[in-house]
Amino acid sequence: MLEKHKFLEKNGLILTVATLLVVAVGGIVEIAPLFYLESTIEKVKGVRPYSPLELAGRDIYIREGCYVCHSQMVRPLRDEVERYGHYSLAAESMYDHPFQWGSKRSGPDLARVGGKYSDAWHQEHLINPRAVVPESIMPPYKFLNEKALDTSTIRAKLVANRRVGVPYTDEMIDNAMRDLRAQVEPLGDDYDAFLARYPKAQIRDFDGNPREITEMDAMIAYLQVLGTMVDFSTYEPEANYR
Amino acid sequence: MTAAQKPFFPSSLPGLRGGAGGDVIFVAVALLLGSLWALTTAARAVDPLMGAHALMFLVAFALGGFALIQHLSAHKTVDETAYETGLIKAGVFASTFWGIAGFLVGVIIAAQLAFPSLLYFEDFGWTNFGRLRPLHTSAVIFAFGGNVLLATSFYVVQRTSRARLWGGLLPWFVFWGYNLFIVIAATGYLMGITQSKEYAEPEWYADLWLTIVWVAYLLVFLGTILKRKEPHIYVANWFYLAFIVTVAMLHVVNNLAMPISPFGSRSYSLFAGVQDALTQWWYGHNAVGFFLTAGFLGIMYYFIPKKAERPVFSYRLSIIHFWALIFIYIWAGPHHLHYTALPEWAQTLGMTFSIMLWMPSWGGMINGLMTLSGAWDKLRTDPVLRMMVVSVAFYGMSTFEGPLMSIRAVNSLSHYTDWTIGHVHSGALGWVGYISFGAIYCLTPWLWGRRDLYSKKLVEWHFWVSTLGILLYITSMWVSGIMQGLMWRAYNEFGFLEFSFVETVEAMHPYYIIRMVGGLLFLAGAFIMAYNLWRTARGDIRESEYAEDRAPVGAPAGAPVAAPAE
Repeated sequence: MLEKHKFLEKNGLILTVATLLVVAVGGIVEIAPLFYLESTIEKVKGVRPYSPLELAGRDIYIREGCYVCHSQMVRPLRDEVERYGHYSLAAESMYDHPFQWGSKRSGPDLARVGGKYSDAWHQEHLINPRAVVPESIMPPYKFLNEKALDTSTIRAKLVANRRVGVPYTDEMIDNAMRDLRAQVEPLGDDYDAFLARYPKAQIRDFDGNPREITEMDAMIAYLQVLGTMVDFSTYEPEANYR
Repeated sequence: MTAAQKPFFPSSLPGLRGGAGGDVIFVAVALLLGSLWALTTAARAVDPLMGAHALMFLVAFALGGFALIQHLSAHKTVDETAYETGLIKAGVFASTFWGIAGFLVGVIIAAQLAFPSLLYFEDFGWTNFGRLRPLHTSAVIFAFGGNVLLATSFYVVQRTSRARLWGGLLPWFVFWGYNLFIVIAATGYLMGITQSKEYAEPEWYADLWLTIVWVAYLLVFLGTILKRKEPHIYVANWFYLAFIVTVAMLHVVNNLAMPISPFGSRSYSLFAGVQDALTQWWYGHNAVGFFLTAGFLGIMYYFIPKKAERPVFSYRLSIIHFWALIFIYIWAGPHHLHYTALPEWAQTLGMTFSIMLWMPSWGGMINGLMTLSGAWDKLRTDPVLRMMVVSVAFYGMSTFEGPLMSIRAVNSLSHYTDWTIGHVHSGALGWVGYISFGAIYCLTPWLWGRRDLYSKKLVEWHFWVSTLGILLYITSMWVSGIMQGLMWRAYNEFGFLEFSFVETVEAMHPYYIIRMVGGLLFLAGAFIMAYNLWRTARGDIRESEYAEDRAPVGAPAGAPVAAPAE
């Protein structure tokens, strides 16, 4: 062995190439099949691309590093399913660029937080978590309530998402700004058109401030849609066994 | 006192020596193109954050340009037979600085979790945990760890190849370029620029910049190996090389992303959901495996034999250790995704390889520890060597704990809890921290030409204060992690969940305080080290400690000395 290894020890370039080949194997075997094995992502109904407001909220979630303390991945364990709801499916994050599964629960899992609390609860909790949950160790996000949402890049955000595979249609992209506004105007003219593009989206003034669209609007819209897209009353896990 | 003999730091701006040639042209072109890019981006930025970062790049490139012009006008000739040491000195300096900065942010965020109502400020959102935590992880891994790796790899490859660093100015480009990346990453987190992939948070343009710097790093390292005067490539260099090559591969694949505009800071990852998750943890686990393990094993394979004045225990074991470690490590990523929506076959593969990984890890540990055969007595007298040996012991402990936690049943309890945080820190503080401190303690007297460290007593203090800190840290995290995991799954007699989530958070409070104290002690140790290094570099020596071995030096010539009888 020592004699044969001498060859590598004396040829820097060959050692480099050999190293690269050896470290490439694991990733190729483990990751590449995920792109073509059909069983990787379940066939489910209801998962749609995020609406422009939800996508903007998700960007704020990412910007503030929420994923550092909150997972979005309910494991198929008895206590988790009872605490958070149905275990997470791969299909539920198939439009998440990047994924937000998280790695640590300093706070609870948020995969199914949508619809669990009222908008007003979320708003108060984000402004000062300890006003609602005295033992909480979460930071305050009062500035979300005061900061107008930067909407100038919303169309570009949808376009970039389409380029990486999210099925936004031309219509969705052309109407990105109108749809963003439509989601906070329950009495607006674009109500039906918006809902046709984003079925079952929730339309209301999330932060109770009709004068402007704030980051709080976007954040709550995102939180309220989490885990609500799949209708689990019709979901049959057996249908996905292959 | 020998303070005045050698300058504390090179008098001119570091990096300005070497002849004009391809390296100068490369650096000049890089700075010029970089400035053009930064200027255009600053002018056309679609978001203010991108504009701010473009301006920072522009300032950095302008400073680089000044340095280059100053270098060219100085007409200094380089002694090609001498080793490059100024760069290593700068690396020791940067490592110490970033180490303290990173540990400090760690203590701050630990305190935030212990005392949230005192340490969060609603008007200063940028000081929130979510933004400071990536700052802490990047500062300790990439800024501290990265600079230690740059400095030690450049030192080791020169000595073991008996050749000056290849590339003229290129090594300096790597050093400043890498540290520029750190500054861009750190300021980005505070301003809210992140792509949310753990340990790969910087956005696309910072990633591109790092790719350029990293290719230059590979060229310098490989170039030095190729022009070596030793027939064999020394084992430490295999590990450094594997670290550089693999990190390049991981970095490029995991950061593939689509920017919303060529002039915007935000991008969306190329992959989504389950594929993105495994790509990220393939990257994330091997950031541990190759950045924090393979690279630092390179340090172990050079500095421990050197300090113990013994050859590496087994050459054969080194070969097995190297190839087995790099082959198996790369498979271990899926253990971060047990019980998730990742297909079970991938989880099982990840678990299997993680358990197998125990063997090469301990093979390496044995190779490091047994190098002290015949020199164990040095542990009593040499606190620097002791620090490095304890480091290898911590390596053994955390590479046993890791495979244990990768078992699916254990992971169902440990995942998402502080146990993981404790595990990471036993590796990071114990293994990476101590082997780095050991290397820096070795390098400082060697580089500045001092007989020894200013004070070995202070090294003793550093060792014991920080060891106490590490023990407090990891034991408190074991308790809080296992406790929280058990509380989450506890049922009462009626078959309902026993605890609400927030009750488990409340139960963490005492352990979060203990953890903070542990971190504080570790930080205090780093301050002791910085003081000791500074005095050493200045040329000071604590006379009282070295009184014994100084005596013969001071003795007048011709005085009777112990000599063997004729």
